[in-house]
Amino acid sequence: MNLAVLLNALPGAVAQGLIWGIMSIGVYITYKVLDLADLTVDGSMATGGAVCVMLILNGWNLWLALLCAIVAGMLTGLLTGLFHTAMGIPAILSGILTQLSLYSLNLAIMDFKANQGINVTKYQLIVSQRNVRNVDLSNPIVITLVILALLIGVLYWFFGTETGCSLRATGANEAMCRAQGINTKKTKILGLMISNGIVALSSAMLAHYQGFVDVNMGRGAIVIGLAAVIISEVIFGKLFRNFALKLLAVAIGAVLYFIVIQIVLWLGLNTNLLKLLSALIVAVFLAIPFWKANFSAKHPHKGGRTNA
Amino acid sequence: MLEISHVTKTFNAKTVNERVALDDVCLRLNDRDFVTVIGGNGAGKSTLLNAIAGVWPVDSGSIVIDGTDVTGMSEHRRAALLGRVFQDPMLGTAATMQIEENLALALRRGRSRTLKAGITREERSRYKELLAELGLGLENRMTAKVGLLSGGQRQALTLLMATIRKPKLLLLDEHTAALDPRTAAKVLELSERIIEENQLMTLMVTHNMKDAIRYGNRLIMMNEGRVILDISGEEKKQLTIELLMDEFAKASGETFVNDRMLLS
Repeated sequence: MNLAVLLNALPGAVAQGLIWGIMSIGVYITYKVLDLADLTVDGSMATGGAVCVMLILNGWNLWLALLCAIVAGMLTGLLTGLFHTAMGIPAILSGILTQLSLYSLNLAIMDFKANQGINVTKYQLIVSQRNVRNVDLSNPIVITLVILALLIGVLYWFFGTETGCSLRATGANEAMCRAQGINTKKTKILGLMISNGIVALSSAMLAHYQGFVDVNMGRGAIVIGLAAVIISEVIFGKLFRNFALKLLAVAIGAVLYFIVIQIVLWLGLNTNLLKLLSALIVAVFLAIPFWKANFSAKHPHKGGRTNA
Repeated sequence: MLEISHVTKTFNAKTVNERVALDDVCLRLNDRDFVTVIGGNGAGKSTLLNAIAGVWPVDSGSIVIDGTDVTGMSEHRRAALLGRVFQDPMLGTAATMQIEENLALALRRGRSRTLKAGITREERSRYKELLAELGLGLENRMTAKVGLLSGGQRQALTLLMATIRKPKLLLLDEHTAALDPRTAAKVLELSERIIEENQLMTLMVTHNMKDAIRYGNRLIMMNEGRVILDISGEEKKQLTIELLMDEFAKASGETFVNDRMLLS
Protein backbone atom coordinates (compact mmCIF):
# COMPACT_ATOMS: atom_id res chain seq x y z
CA MET A 1 0.00 0.00 0.00
CA ASN A 2 1.61 3.15 -1.22
CA LEU A 3 0.34 6.40 0.25
CA ALA A 4 1.33 8.28 -2.89
CA VAL A 5 -1.23 6.25 -4.85
CA LEU A 6 -3.96 7.38 -2.51
CA LEU A 7 -2.87 11.01 -2.56
CA ASN A 8 -2.69 10.86 -6.33
CA ALA A 9 -6.30 9.69 -6.46
CA LEU A 10 -7.60 12.37 -4.08
CA PRO A 11 -8.16 15.25 -6.54
CA GLY A 12 -10.35 12.94 -8.61
CA ALA A 13 -12.27 11.87 -5.51
CA VAL A 14 -12.84 15.50 -4.52
CA ALA A 15 -13.99 16.48 -8.01
CA GLN A 16 -16.37 13.53 -8.21
CA GLY A 17 -17.55 14.19 -4.67
CA LEU A 18 -18.38 17.81 -5.53
CA ILE A 19 -20.30 16.80 -8.65
CA TRP A 20 -22.22 14.18 -6.67
CA GLY A 21 -22.61 16.86 -3.98
CA ILE A 22 -24.79 18.81 -6.40
CA MET A 23 -26.93 15.71 -6.82
CA SER A 24 -27.02 15.24 -3.04
CA ILE A 25 -28.43 18.73 -2.65
CA GLY A 26 -31.24 17.61 -4.95
CA VAL A 27 -31.80 14.61 -2.70
CA TYR A 28 -31.71 16.87 0.37
CA ILE A 29 -34.59 18.94 -1.05
CA THR A 30 -36.91 15.96 -1.36
CA TYR A 31 -35.69 13.88 1.58
CA LYS A 32 -35.20 16.61 4.16
CA VAL A 33 -37.17 19.67 3.04
CA LEU A 34 -40.20 17.91 1.54
CA ASP A 35 -39.89 14.82 3.77
CA LEU A 36 -40.38 12.58 0.76
CA ALA A 37 -38.10 9.73 -0.33
CA ASP A 38 -37.77 10.18 -4.08
CA LEU A 39 -36.22 7.29 -6.00
CA THR A 40 -36.55 9.10 -9.34
CA VAL A 41 -32.93 10.20 -8.95
CA ASP A 42 -31.54 6.79 -9.93
CA GLY A 43 -33.07 7.43 -13.35
CA SER A 44 -32.68 11.19 -13.65
CA MET A 45 -29.01 10.84 -12.69
CA ALA A 46 -28.59 9.32 -16.16
CA THR A 47 -31.19 11.43 -17.98
CA GLY A 48 -29.34 14.72 -17.51
CA GLY A 49 -26.13 13.29 -18.91
CA ALA A 50 -27.89 11.54 -21.76
CA VAL A 51 -29.71 14.68 -22.89
CA CYS A 52 -26.68 16.92 -22.54
CA VAL A 53 -24.22 14.59 -24.26
CA MET A 54 -26.54 13.77 -27.16
CA LEU A 55 -27.31 17.45 -27.77
CA ILE A 56 -23.63 18.38 -27.75
CA LEU A 57 -22.82 15.48 -30.09
CA ASN A 58 -25.46 16.96 -32.38
CA GLY A 59 -23.69 20.28 -32.36
CA TRP A 60 -25.65 22.17 -29.74
CA ASN A 61 -24.17 24.91 -27.63
CA LEU A 62 -22.81 23.70 -24.26
CA TRP A 63 -24.92 25.99 -22.11
CA LEU A 64 -28.08 25.36 -24.06
CA ALA A 65 -27.48 21.61 -23.75
CA LEU A 66 -26.98 21.96 -19.97
CA LEU A 67 -30.19 23.95 -19.71
CA CYS A 68 -32.07 21.25 -21.66
CA ALA A 69 -30.61 18.60 -19.33
CA ILE A 70 -31.98 20.50 -16.33
CA VAL A 71 -35.39 20.85 -17.98
CA ALA A 72 -35.41 17.12 -18.80
CA GLY A 73 -34.64 16.38 -15.14
CA MET A 74 -37.49 18.62 -14.06
CA LEU A 75 -39.82 16.70 -16.37
CA THR A 76 -38.84 13.43 -14.68
CA GLY A 77 -39.73 15.05 -11.35
CA LEU A 78 -43.02 16.20 -12.83
CA LEU A 79 -43.81 12.62 -13.86
CA THR A 80 -43.13 11.30 -10.35
CA GLY A 81 -45.15 14.17 -8.91
CA LEU A 82 -48.12 13.36 -11.13
CA PHE A 83 -47.92 9.64 -10.28
CA HIS A 84 -47.99 10.66 -6.62
CA THR A 85 -50.53 13.48 -6.52
CA ALA A 86 -52.83 12.93 -9.49
CA MET A 87 -52.86 9.13 -9.32
CA GLY A 88 -52.50 8.69 -5.58
CA ILE A 89 -49.54 6.31 -5.80
CA PRO A 90 -47.27 6.36 -2.72
CA ALA A 91 -44.24 8.59 -3.22
CA ILE A 92 -41.65 5.80 -3.06
CA LEU A 93 -43.51 3.70 -5.60
CA SER A 94 -44.03 6.72 -7.86
CA GLY A 95 -40.29 7.27 -7.89
CA ILE A 96 -39.63 3.63 -8.67
CA LEU A 97 -42.09 3.73 -11.58
CA THR A 98 -40.45 6.82 -13.05
CA GLN A 99 -37.01 5.33 -12.49
CA LEU A 100 -37.98 2.20 -14.37
CA SER A 101 -39.56 4.09 -17.25
CA LEU A 102 -36.48 6.30 -17.41
CA TYR A 103 -34.31 3.28 -18.12
CA SER A 104 -36.10 2.91 -21.46
CA LEU A 105 -36.31 6.64 -22.02
CA ASN A 106 -32.62 7.16 -21.34
CA LEU A 107 -31.76 4.40 -23.83
CA ALA A 108 -34.06 6.06 -26.34
CA ILE A 109 -32.34 9.42 -25.81
CA MET A 110 -28.97 7.72 -26.34
CA ASP A 111 -30.00 6.21 -29.72
CA PHE A 112 -30.63 2.88 -27.99
CA LYS A 113 -27.02 2.43 -26.99
CA ALA A 114 -26.04 1.66 -23.41
CA ASN A 115 -23.42 4.40 -23.45
CA GLN A 116 -22.20 7.31 -25.53
CA GLY A 117 -18.73 8.78 -25.36
CA ILE A 118 -17.90 12.46 -25.70
CA ASN A 119 -14.34 13.58 -26.29
CA VAL A 120 -13.13 16.73 -24.59
CA THR A 121 -10.66 17.40 -27.40
CA LYS A 122 -13.48 17.54 -29.94
CA TYR A 123 -16.22 19.26 -27.97
CA GLN A 124 -16.46 22.07 -25.48
CA LEU A 125 -17.35 20.49 -22.13
CA ILE A 126 -18.00 22.12 -18.79
CA VAL A 127 -15.66 19.87 -16.79
CA SER A 128 -13.26 17.09 -17.66
CA GLN A 129 -11.34 14.52 -15.70
CA ARG A 130 -8.28 15.36 -17.79
CA ASN A 131 -7.96 18.74 -16.13
CA VAL A 132 -8.26 17.51 -12.57
CA ARG A 133 -4.60 18.22 -11.85
CA ASN A 134 -4.49 21.57 -13.65
CA VAL A 135 -3.74 24.54 -11.47
CA ASP A 136 -5.98 26.96 -13.34
CA LEU A 137 -9.64 27.74 -14.00
CA SER A 138 -10.11 24.66 -16.18
CA ASN A 139 -9.82 22.43 -13.10
CA PRO A 140 -13.16 20.64 -12.58
CA ILE A 141 -12.89 21.21 -8.81
CA VAL A 142 -12.82 24.99 -9.33
CA ILE A 143 -15.63 24.98 -11.89
CA THR A 144 -17.83 22.71 -9.79
CA LEU A 145 -17.24 24.86 -6.71
CA VAL A 146 -18.40 27.93 -8.63
CA ILE A 147 -21.54 26.15 -9.85
CA LEU A 148 -22.16 24.81 -6.34
CA ALA A 149 -21.91 28.32 -4.90
CA LEU A 150 -24.34 29.66 -7.49
CA LEU A 151 -26.74 26.80 -6.87
CA ILE A 152 -26.67 27.24 -3.08
CA GLY A 153 -27.20 30.98 -3.54
CA VAL A 154 -30.23 30.48 -5.77
CA LEU A 155 -31.74 27.85 -3.46
CA TYR A 156 -31.15 30.02 -0.40
CA TRP A 157 -33.01 32.86 -2.07
CA PHE A 158 -35.79 30.60 -3.34
CA PHE A 159 -36.54 28.92 -0.03
CA GLY A 160 -36.90 32.35 1.53
CA THR A 161 -39.62 33.38 -0.93
CA GLU A 162 -43.35 32.89 -0.38
CA THR A 163 -43.34 29.87 -2.69
CA GLY A 164 -40.20 28.45 -1.09
CA CYS A 165 -41.66 28.86 2.39
CA SER A 166 -44.78 26.98 1.32
CA LEU A 167 -42.55 24.14 0.10
CA ARG A 168 -40.75 23.96 3.44
CA ALA A 169 -44.08 24.06 5.25
CA THR A 170 -45.35 21.16 3.13
CA GLY A 171 -42.53 19.00 4.44
CA ALA A 172 -43.11 20.18 7.99
CA ASN A 173 -46.89 19.80 8.32
CA GLU A 174 -49.20 19.02 5.44
CA ALA A 175 -52.48 19.37 7.34
CA MET A 176 -51.44 22.82 8.51
CA CYS A 177 -50.52 23.77 4.96
CA ARG A 178 -53.95 22.97 3.62
CA ALA A 179 -55.55 24.87 6.49
CA GLN A 180 -53.40 27.85 5.51
CA GLY A 181 -54.47 27.62 1.87
CA ILE A 182 -51.40 25.91 0.43
CA ASN A 183 -52.02 23.45 -2.40
CA THR A 184 -49.74 20.66 -1.19
CA LYS A 185 -50.07 18.72 -4.44
CA LYS A 186 -48.59 21.66 -6.28
CA THR A 187 -45.80 22.24 -3.79
CA LYS A 188 -44.82 18.57 -3.84
CA ILE A 189 -44.69 18.51 -7.64
CA LEU A 190 -42.66 21.71 -7.67
CA GLY A 191 -40.25 20.31 -5.08
CA LEU A 192 -39.78 17.10 -7.05
CA MET A 193 -39.15 19.09 -10.22
CA ILE A 194 -36.55 21.34 -8.60
CA SER A 195 -34.84 18.36 -7.00
CA ASN A 196 -34.61 16.35 -10.20
CA GLY A 197 -33.56 19.40 -12.21
CA ILE A 198 -30.58 19.71 -9.87
CA VAL A 199 -29.89 15.98 -10.13
CA ALA A 200 -29.91 16.23 -13.94
CA LEU A 201 -27.44 19.13 -13.81
CA SER A 202 -25.16 16.97 -11.70
CA SER A 203 -25.68 14.09 -14.13
CA ALA A 204 -24.69 16.21 -17.11
CA MET A 205 -21.57 17.41 -15.31
CA LEU A 206 -20.63 13.87 -14.33
CA ALA A 207 -21.00 12.69 -17.93
CA HIS A 208 -18.71 15.50 -19.06
CA TYR A 209 -16.27 14.75 -16.28
CA GLN A 210 -15.91 11.07 -17.11
CA GLY A 211 -16.20 11.60 -20.86
CA PHE A 212 -19.21 9.40 -21.44
CA VAL A 213 -22.79 8.83 -20.39
CA ASP A 214 -23.92 5.37 -19.34
CA VAL A 215 -27.48 4.18 -18.91
CA ASN A 216 -26.50 2.70 -15.54
CA MET A 217 -24.63 5.68 -14.17
CA GLY A 218 -27.48 6.61 -11.85
CA ARG A 219 -27.82 3.23 -10.21
CA GLY A 220 -27.61 3.68 -6.46
CA ALA A 221 -27.58 7.47 -6.73
CA ILE A 222 -30.24 7.80 -4.05
CA VAL A 223 -28.02 5.87 -1.63
CA ILE A 224 -25.05 8.12 -2.33
CA GLY A 225 -27.30 11.15 -1.86
CA LEU A 226 -28.63 9.82 1.43
CA ALA A 227 -25.10 8.99 2.57
CA ALA A 228 -24.04 12.58 1.86
CA VAL A 229 -27.07 13.98 3.72
CA ILE A 230 -26.47 11.71 6.71
CA ILE A 231 -22.71 12.37 6.86
CA SER A 232 -23.43 16.11 6.75
CA GLU A 233 -25.90 15.81 9.62
CA VAL A 234 -23.60 13.71 11.77
CA ILE A 235 -20.65 16.07 11.31
CA PHE A 236 -22.25 19.50 10.83
CA GLY A 237 -25.74 18.99 12.27
CA LYS A 238 -25.06 20.94 15.45
CA LEU A 239 -22.70 23.39 13.82
CA PHE A 240 -24.68 24.68 10.85
CA ARG A 241 -28.14 26.15 11.46
CA ASN A 242 -28.29 28.35 8.39
CA PHE A 243 -29.97 26.83 5.34
CA ALA A 244 -27.15 27.76 2.94
CA LEU A 245 -24.59 26.24 5.27
CA LYS A 246 -26.69 23.08 5.54
CA LEU A 247 -26.66 22.74 1.74
CA LEU A 248 -22.91 23.32 1.75
CA ALA A 249 -22.57 20.63 4.42
CA VAL A 250 -24.41 18.16 2.16
CA ALA A 251 -21.90 18.82 -0.63
CA ILE A 252 -19.03 18.35 1.83
CA GLY A 253 -20.73 15.14 2.96
CA ALA A 254 -20.62 13.85 -0.62
CA VAL A 255 -16.93 14.75 -0.92
CA LEU A 256 -16.17 12.91 2.33
CA TYR A 257 -18.12 9.93 1.05
CA PHE A 258 -15.98 9.74 -2.09
CA ILE A 259 -12.78 10.18 -0.11
CA VAL A 260 -13.81 7.29 2.16
CA ILE A 261 -14.62 5.17 -0.91
CA GLN A 262 -11.23 6.03 -2.36
CA ILE A 263 -9.52 4.97 0.87
CA VAL A 264 -11.47 1.72 0.99
CA LEU A 265 -10.48 0.97 -2.59
CA TRP A 266 -6.91 1.82 -1.78
CA LEU A 267 -7.07 -0.66 1.11
CA GLY A 268 -7.87 -3.29 -1.49
CA LEU A 269 -11.66 -3.71 -1.63
CA ASN A 270 -12.99 -5.27 -4.82
CA THR A 271 -14.66 -2.46 -6.82
CA ASN A 272 -17.66 -4.68 -7.47
CA LEU A 273 -18.45 -4.78 -3.76
CA LEU A 274 -18.65 -0.99 -3.44
CA LYS A 275 -22.42 -0.75 -3.71
CA LEU A 276 -22.87 -3.36 -0.99
CA LEU A 277 -20.58 -1.36 1.25
CA SER A 278 -22.43 1.91 0.50
CA ALA A 279 -25.79 0.34 1.23
CA LEU A 280 -24.61 -1.10 4.54
CA ILE A 281 -23.03 2.16 5.67
CA VAL A 282 -26.22 4.10 4.90
CA ALA A 283 -28.36 1.43 6.59
CA VAL A 284 -26.32 1.69 9.78
CA PHE A 285 -26.47 5.49 9.84
CA LEU A 286 -30.21 5.46 9.18
CA ALA A 287 -30.62 3.01 12.06
CA ILE A 288 -28.71 5.08 14.60
CA PRO A 289 -31.60 7.41 15.61
CA PHE A 290 -33.89 4.36 15.92
CA TRP A 291 -31.39 2.48 18.10
CA LYS A 292 -30.83 5.59 20.19
CA ALA A 293 -34.57 5.91 20.85
CA ASN A 294 -34.86 2.21 21.68
CA PHE A 295 -31.92 2.39 24.03
CA SER A 296 -33.22 5.38 25.98
CA ALA A 297 -36.65 3.75 26.20
CA LYS A 298 -35.15 0.65 27.81
CA HIS A 299 -32.67 2.49 29.97
CA PRO A 300 -34.42 5.55 31.42
CA HIS A 301 -32.45 8.08 33.40
CA LYS A 302 -32.29 7.12 37.03
CA GLY A 303 -33.47 9.76 39.44
CA GLY A 304 -32.81 12.51 36.93
CA ARG A 305 -35.33 15.16 36.06
CA THR A 306 -36.02 16.11 32.52
CA ASN A 307 -38.02 19.01 31.21
CA ALA A 308 -41.05 17.35 29.75
CA MET B 1 -73.42 33.90 7.16
CA LEU B 2 -72.95 30.14 7.12
CA GLU B 3 -75.63 27.98 5.55
CA ILE B 4 -75.37 24.23 5.86
CA SER B 5 -78.24 22.48 4.11
CA HIS B 6 -79.01 18.78 4.29
CA VAL B 7 -75.40 17.69 4.60
CA THR B 8 -74.86 13.94 4.85
CA LYS B 9 -71.64 12.03 5.23
CA THR B 10 -71.23 8.28 5.60
CA PHE B 11 -67.86 6.72 6.30
CA ASN B 12 -67.01 3.25 4.96
CA ALA B 13 -70.29 3.09 3.06
CA LYS B 14 -71.49 -0.41 2.16
CA THR B 15 -69.05 -2.16 4.48
CA VAL B 16 -69.51 -3.66 7.94
CA ASN B 17 -67.89 -0.53 9.34
CA GLU B 18 -70.47 1.78 7.76
CA ARG B 19 -71.09 4.78 9.97
CA VAL B 20 -73.38 7.70 9.29
CA ALA B 21 -71.35 10.59 10.69
CA LEU B 22 -73.59 13.42 9.50
CA ASP B 23 -77.27 12.75 8.93
CA ASP B 24 -79.09 15.45 6.98
CA VAL B 25 -77.60 18.31 8.98
CA CYS B 26 -79.09 21.77 8.48
CA LEU B 27 -77.56 24.72 10.30
CA ARG B 28 -77.56 28.47 9.77
CA LEU B 29 -75.17 30.82 11.49
CA ASN B 30 -75.46 34.60 11.49
CA ASP B 31 -72.41 36.78 11.05
CA ARG B 32 -71.85 37.51 14.72
CA ASP B 33 -72.78 34.07 16.06
CA PHE B 34 -70.34 32.38 18.44
CA VAL B 35 -71.72 28.87 18.63
CA THR B 36 -70.49 26.17 20.98
CA VAL B 37 -70.99 22.59 19.76
CA ILE B 38 -71.43 19.82 22.28
CA GLY B 39 -72.20 16.11 22.11
CA GLY B 40 -70.86 12.67 23.01
CA ASN B 41 -68.09 10.79 21.30
CA GLY B 42 -68.97 10.04 17.69
CA ALA B 43 -71.86 12.52 17.72
CA GLY B 44 -70.49 14.23 14.59
CA LYS B 45 -69.08 17.43 16.06
CA SER B 46 -65.62 17.23 14.56
CA THR B 47 -67.07 15.68 11.41
CA LEU B 48 -69.23 18.76 11.00
CA LEU B 49 -66.19 21.04 11.26
CA ASN B 50 -64.21 18.86 8.87
CA ALA B 51 -67.08 18.94 6.39
CA ILE B 52 -67.07 22.73 6.50
CA ALA B 53 -63.27 22.82 6.17
CA GLY B 54 -63.38 20.42 3.22
CA VAL B 55 -61.11 17.71 4.63
CA TRP B 56 -63.13 15.31 2.44
CA PRO B 57 -66.15 15.85 0.18
CA VAL B 58 -69.64 15.40 1.66
CA ASP B 59 -72.05 12.85 0.18
CA SER B 60 -74.90 15.30 -0.32
CA GLY B 61 -76.12 18.72 0.70
CA SER B 62 -74.48 22.11 0.37
CA ILE B 63 -72.28 24.41 2.41
CA VAL B 64 -72.29 28.14 1.73
CA ILE B 65 -69.92 30.47 3.57
CA ASP B 66 -70.57 34.19 3.23
CA GLY B 67 -72.33 33.71 -0.08
CA THR B 68 -69.69 31.39 -1.54
CA ASP B 69 -70.79 27.84 -2.24
CA VAL B 70 -67.79 25.81 -1.05
CA THR B 71 -69.38 22.37 -1.32
CA GLY B 72 -67.17 21.17 -4.18
CA MET B 73 -64.18 23.34 -3.32
CA SER B 74 -60.85 21.81 -2.28
CA GLU B 75 -59.61 22.22 1.28
CA HIS B 76 -56.80 24.64 0.46
CA ARG B 77 -59.07 26.89 -1.59
CA ARG B 78 -61.75 27.31 1.05
CA ALA B 79 -59.01 27.98 3.58
CA ALA B 80 -59.20 31.57 2.32
CA LEU B 81 -62.56 31.90 4.11
CA LEU B 82 -61.67 29.96 7.24
CA GLY B 83 -59.54 30.05 10.33
CA ARG B 84 -58.93 26.69 11.98
CA VAL B 85 -57.52 25.49 15.29
CA PHE B 86 -57.22 21.75 15.89
CA GLN B 87 -57.39 19.58 18.98
CA ASP B 88 -53.80 18.41 18.55
CA PRO B 89 -51.42 21.33 19.21
CA MET B 90 -48.94 19.68 16.81
CA LEU B 91 -51.39 19.98 13.92
CA GLY B 92 -51.82 23.72 13.59
CA THR B 93 -48.21 24.83 13.27
CA ALA B 94 -45.03 23.79 11.48
CA ALA B 95 -42.68 22.62 14.24
CA THR B 96 -39.48 22.92 12.24
CA MET B 97 -40.17 26.51 11.21
CA GLN B 98 -39.77 29.72 13.16
CA ILE B 99 -42.62 31.46 14.98
CA GLU B 100 -42.49 34.41 12.58
CA GLU B 101 -42.33 32.09 9.56
CA ASN B 102 -45.48 30.33 10.73
CA LEU B 103 -47.26 33.66 11.06
CA ALA B 104 -46.00 34.69 7.61
CA LEU B 105 -47.48 31.52 6.13
CA ALA B 106 -50.83 32.33 7.75
CA LEU B 107 -50.78 35.97 6.62
CA ARG B 108 -50.64 34.73 3.01
CA ARG B 109 -53.66 32.47 3.39
CA GLY B 110 -55.98 32.98 0.44
CA ARG B 111 -53.39 34.91 -1.56
CA SER B 112 -51.21 33.53 -4.31
CA ARG B 113 -47.70 32.75 -3.15
CA THR B 114 -45.15 34.40 -5.40
CA LEU B 115 -41.37 34.74 -5.54
CA LYS B 116 -41.49 37.78 -3.27
CA ALA B 117 -39.83 37.56 0.13
CA GLY B 118 -41.55 35.05 2.39
CA ILE B 119 -41.49 37.53 5.26
CA THR B 120 -40.93 41.28 5.26
CA ARG B 121 -39.65 43.76 7.84
CA GLU B 122 -43.00 45.53 8.25
CA GLU B 123 -44.63 42.18 8.91
CA ARG B 124 -42.16 41.41 11.65
CA SER B 125 -43.07 44.48 13.67
CA ARG B 126 -46.75 43.62 13.29
CA TYR B 127 -46.10 40.05 14.47
CA LYS B 128 -44.21 41.41 17.44
CA GLU B 129 -47.22 43.48 18.51
CA LEU B 130 -49.66 40.63 17.98
CA LEU B 131 -47.48 38.17 19.90
CA ALA B 132 -47.05 40.67 22.73
CA GLU B 133 -50.83 40.80 23.10
CA LEU B 134 -50.82 37.08 23.88
CA GLY B 135 -48.83 37.81 27.01
CA LEU B 136 -46.69 34.68 26.65
CA GLY B 137 -43.38 36.35 25.97
CA LEU B 138 -43.30 34.95 22.43
CA GLU B 139 -42.55 38.42 21.01
CA ASN B 140 -38.97 37.97 22.19
CA ARG B 141 -38.60 34.54 20.60
CA MET B 142 -39.82 35.25 17.08
CA THR B 143 -37.05 33.28 15.39
CA ALA B 144 -37.37 30.28 17.72
CA LYS B 145 -38.58 27.03 16.16
CA VAL B 146 -42.22 26.36 17.03
CA GLY B 147 -41.28 22.83 18.09
CA LEU B 148 -39.71 24.34 21.21
CA LEU B 149 -43.03 25.78 22.43
CA SER B 150 -45.41 24.17 24.90
CA GLY B 151 -48.82 22.88 23.83
CA GLY B 152 -50.59 25.96 25.19
CA GLN B 153 -48.18 28.30 23.47
CA ARG B 154 -48.64 26.45 20.23
CA GLN B 155 -52.42 26.65 20.48
CA ALA B 156 -52.22 30.37 21.20
CA LEU B 157 -49.99 30.79 18.16
CA THR B 158 -52.35 28.69 16.02
CA LEU B 159 -55.22 30.89 17.17
CA LEU B 160 -53.27 33.95 16.11
CA MET B 161 -52.50 32.31 12.75
CA ALA B 162 -56.16 31.41 12.27
CA THR B 163 -57.27 35.00 12.81
CA ILE B 164 -54.36 37.07 11.46
CA ARG B 165 -56.33 37.38 8.24
CA LYS B 166 -59.87 37.92 9.46
CA PRO B 167 -61.67 34.70 8.50
CA LYS B 168 -65.34 34.58 7.53
CA LEU B 169 -65.69 31.67 9.91
CA LEU B 170 -63.49 30.46 12.76
CA LEU B 171 -63.48 26.71 13.45
CA LEU B 172 -62.23 25.65 16.86
CA ASP B 173 -62.15 21.87 17.12
CA GLU B 174 -61.75 21.02 20.83
CA HIS B 175 -58.72 23.25 20.74
CA THR B 176 -58.19 23.13 24.50
CA ALA B 177 -58.83 19.40 25.06
CA ALA B 178 -55.15 18.47 25.00
CA LEU B 179 -54.12 21.18 27.45
CA ASP B 180 -53.93 21.18 31.24
CA PRO B 181 -56.92 22.93 32.91
CA ARG B 182 -55.13 26.19 33.68
CA THR B 183 -53.66 26.54 30.21
CA ALA B 184 -56.99 25.50 28.69
CA ALA B 185 -58.76 28.29 30.56
CA LYS B 186 -56.18 30.82 29.38
CA VAL B 187 -56.46 29.75 25.75
CA LEU B 188 -60.27 29.87 25.99
CA GLU B 189 -60.19 33.40 27.38
CA LEU B 190 -57.82 34.39 24.62
CA SER B 191 -60.12 32.82 22.03
CA GLU B 192 -63.09 34.76 23.39
CA ARG B 193 -61.15 38.01 23.36
CA ILE B 194 -60.01 37.55 19.76
CA ILE B 195 -63.51 36.53 18.66
CA GLU B 196 -65.08 39.59 20.30
CA GLU B 197 -62.46 42.04 19.07
CA ASN B 198 -62.77 40.83 15.48
CA GLN B 199 -66.49 40.02 15.71
CA LEU B 200 -65.87 36.59 14.22
CA MET B 201 -68.49 34.05 13.30
CA THR B 202 -67.32 31.01 15.25
CA LEU B 203 -68.05 27.31 15.68
CA MET B 204 -66.35 25.91 18.78
CA VAL B 205 -66.51 22.20 19.53
CA THR B 206 -65.97 21.31 23.16
CA HIS B 207 -66.29 18.32 25.44
CA ASN B 208 -66.69 20.57 28.42
CA MET B 209 -70.33 21.43 29.21
CA LYS B 210 -69.38 24.31 31.46
CA ASP B 211 -67.34 25.92 28.73
CA ALA B 212 -70.12 25.30 26.22
CA ILE B 213 -72.53 27.16 28.51
CA ARG B 214 -70.15 29.93 29.53
CA TYR B 215 -68.89 30.92 26.09
CA GLY B 216 -70.72 32.10 23.01
CA ASN B 217 -74.25 33.32 22.34
CA ARG B 218 -75.59 30.03 21.07
CA LEU B 219 -75.22 26.34 21.83
CA ILE B 220 -75.98 23.35 19.66
CA MET B 221 -75.93 19.75 20.76
CA MET B 222 -75.29 16.89 18.38
CA ASN B 223 -76.12 13.21 18.62
CA GLU B 224 -75.71 10.45 16.05
CA GLY B 225 -74.86 12.90 13.29
CA ARG B 226 -77.78 15.24 13.90
CA VAL B 227 -78.29 18.59 15.55
CA ILE B 228 -80.73 17.73 18.33
CA LEU B 229 -80.70 20.94 20.30
CA ASP B 230 -80.20 24.59 19.40
CA ILE B 231 -80.36 27.15 22.20
CA SER B 232 -79.53 30.83 21.92
CA GLY B 233 -80.03 34.26 23.45
CA GLU B 234 -81.62 34.60 26.90
CA GLU B 235 -82.44 30.92 27.02
CA LYS B 236 -78.75 30.05 26.70
CA LYS B 237 -77.81 32.45 29.50
CA GLN B 238 -80.14 30.56 31.83
CA LEU B 239 -78.64 27.15 30.97
CA THR B 240 -77.17 24.85 33.59
CA ILE B 241 -75.53 21.48 33.21
CA GLU B 242 -78.60 19.77 34.73
CA LEU B 243 -80.94 21.54 32.32
CA LEU B 244 -78.72 20.61 29.43
CA MET B 245 -78.75 16.95 30.42
CA ASP B 246 -82.50 16.94 30.77
CA GLU B 247 -82.81 18.54 27.36
CA PHE B 248 -80.54 15.90 25.94
CA ALA B 249 -82.64 13.11 27.43
CA LYS B 250 -85.79 14.66 25.99
CA ALA B 251 -84.36 15.28 22.56
CA SER B 252 -82.61 11.98 22.08
CA GLY B 253 -84.64 9.64 24.23
CA GLU B 254 -81.46 8.49 25.96
CA THR B 255 -79.68 9.55 29.08
CA PHE B 256 -76.55 11.53 28.57
CA VAL B 257 -73.92 9.17 29.78
CA ASN B 258 -70.44 10.37 29.17
CA ASP B 259 -68.02 10.47 32.07
CA ARG B 260 -65.70 12.85 30.35
CA MET B 261 -68.48 15.42 29.95
CA LEU B 262 -69.86 15.05 33.43
CA LEU B 263 -66.54 15.22 35.16
CA SER B 264 -65.08 18.08 33.21
